Amino acid sequence: MNRLIVWFGELTTPGRLYRRGLWFLLPAVVWILGLLVIPGLSLVALSFAERGQYGEVVWNFTLENYARLLGYGIFGWSPDTVLILVRSLWVAFVTTLVCIVLAYPLAFFIASRPPRTRYLWLALVIIPFWTNLVIRTYAWQMLLAPDFPFAKLAQALGLLAPDAGLYPSPLAVYIGMITAFLPFVVMPLFSSVERLDWSLVEAAQDLYASRTRTFFQAIWPQTLPGLTVGVILTFIPAMGMFVIPDLLGGAKYLLVGNLIQQQFYASRDWPYGAAVSLGLMVMTLVGLALYRRRGKDVDLV
Amino acid sequence: MRLNPFVGLAAMATLAFLYLPMLAVAVLSFNKTRYGLTWSGFTWDWYVRLFSNPDILEAARNTFVLAALSTLVATVLGTLFAIALERYPWPRKSQGFLENILYLPVVTPDIIFAVALVVAFGAFRMVSSLFEPGLFTMILGHVTFQIAFVALTVRSRLKSLGPDLDEAARDLYASYGYYVRRVLLPLLMPGIVAGAMLAFTLSLDDFVISFFTAGPTSQTLPLLIYASVRRGVTPEIHALSTLIFLITVLLVLASERLTRR
Repeated sequence: MNRLIVWFGELTTPGRLYRRGLWFLLPAVVWILGLLVIPGLSLVALSFAERGQYGEVVWNFTLENYARLLGYGIFGWSPDTVLILVRSLWVAFVTTLVCIVLAYPLAFFIASRPPRTRYLWLALVIIPFWTNLVIRTYAWQMLLAPDFPFAKLAQALGLLAPDAGLYPSPLAVYIGMITAFLPFVVMPLFSSVERLDWSLVEAAQDLYASRTRTFFQAIWPQTLPGLTVGVILTFIPAMGMFVIPDLLGGAKYLLVGNLIQQQFYASRDWPYGAAVSLGLMVMTLVGLALYRRRGKDVDLV
Repeated sequence: MRLNPFVGLAAMATLAFLYLPMLAVAVLSFNKTRYGLTWSGFTWDWYVRLFSNPDILEAARNTFVLAALSTLVATVLGTLFAIALERYPWPRKSQGFLENILYLPVVTPDIIFAVALVVAFGAFRMVSSLFEPGLFTMILGHVTFQIAFVALTVRSRLKSLGPDLDEAARDLYASYGYYVRRVLLPLLMPGIVAGAMLAFTLSLDDFVISFFTAGPTSQTLPLLIYASVRRGVTPEIHALSTLIFLITVLLVLASERLTRR
């Protein structure tokens, strides 16, 4: 390491250069280590502890929390927890999928506007997302209430009992989730669509490719980088979401986020809550790893 | 670009779908009835009551103080981090490690992060009374997730700048400090501002981290709205939501003007 290099007119060594770079680096790294990594590790430790009689933490090593996570309780195996985990995966998956389907027309529409108005249209997509999530979710509560036209229509069509509302219901959760995450797919997708190489599309059309074939072979692959960012930004928070199912789902449609929140508040079972959190983290990381392997190595931003 | 008219139609429908909730809230904020959705006449009453409600004013103040302070800290730390990551010849291995640290707050679902903070603050409290739940703990939490977003935004700007400027500055005998102050930072400014704005909005919008780290005296607007939704909403909340929405629209239009210049 005694190689000398020139850095901005100074003769210096790589070691000295790194030490200088460290001053830029350390504050952020120390902050993230101290307030994310160490808390995360304390969560891991906590997940092996026991809940005391009054909701306090008893530091006895046990694997019971993880057994419960897989559904094993005092009364044998019950699918409740597993159901919540699978349901969370499923809801996040459907939300992401519908967001993708809705985002394509929007992204193409915005990209087709003249450059002068293009960013105004993009802003129009982002504005609702700059209004707090809790407010938007609560607004859906009203829109899906029994005396609002949506529910009235469903009642008239016989899809819904008279005087019943569309909320609370799984459908309401999906609607809330989709409107909450749509902009996260539209924005990165738009940046891919804007840079699209149209000569490939023309080539496909010259060769008499059908519309579907043109889309999947000339357009889709080119939008994959943007889509990947969108999927990651949607799927991960959708997995852990607890506000939307809490406000729109009713007591029977819980997701893993609600389960975690319950353990830290109503049930005061922190060790079990920690175990559920780690289960969620593992599911997230496995999903991410599978996705990244399939879609080559793509940058997040 | 030729566009299938059906695509435009689908886009408009989706946009309408996104705006419907806000529209409903705005209409109801002028409705005379206290309960229900039936229209019974126009009134400004709820807006007047809103501004005489000390809880709401206090929550609004907390929300902005929290967002401003945490954005300030996160912007400085995140920018320094991005510069260090992109402009120093780190060995490949440590570069990978640093990038993983950077992505960690992005890929962690916020509820896990929030719960981890609850546990850690509980442990820290045994050492120091500094970590009582309140504005301070909320700032700590917000900065942690903001750093990553600032650093990622600034970093993408740095990447688009390319290495030529470094070389030009070096050839012209700029000292490192001079180069950072007079070349790098001015060129990075649009990225830094964009990162700061992103961080600010993330803080304003955050519910989960605040929900878990807030103390009894540090109510924010999202927490207040959540609590009142659970208790049964008052029309003041409609008025409040409408105002927040309008302010957002104005801010977006203003920033659009600024960046287009």
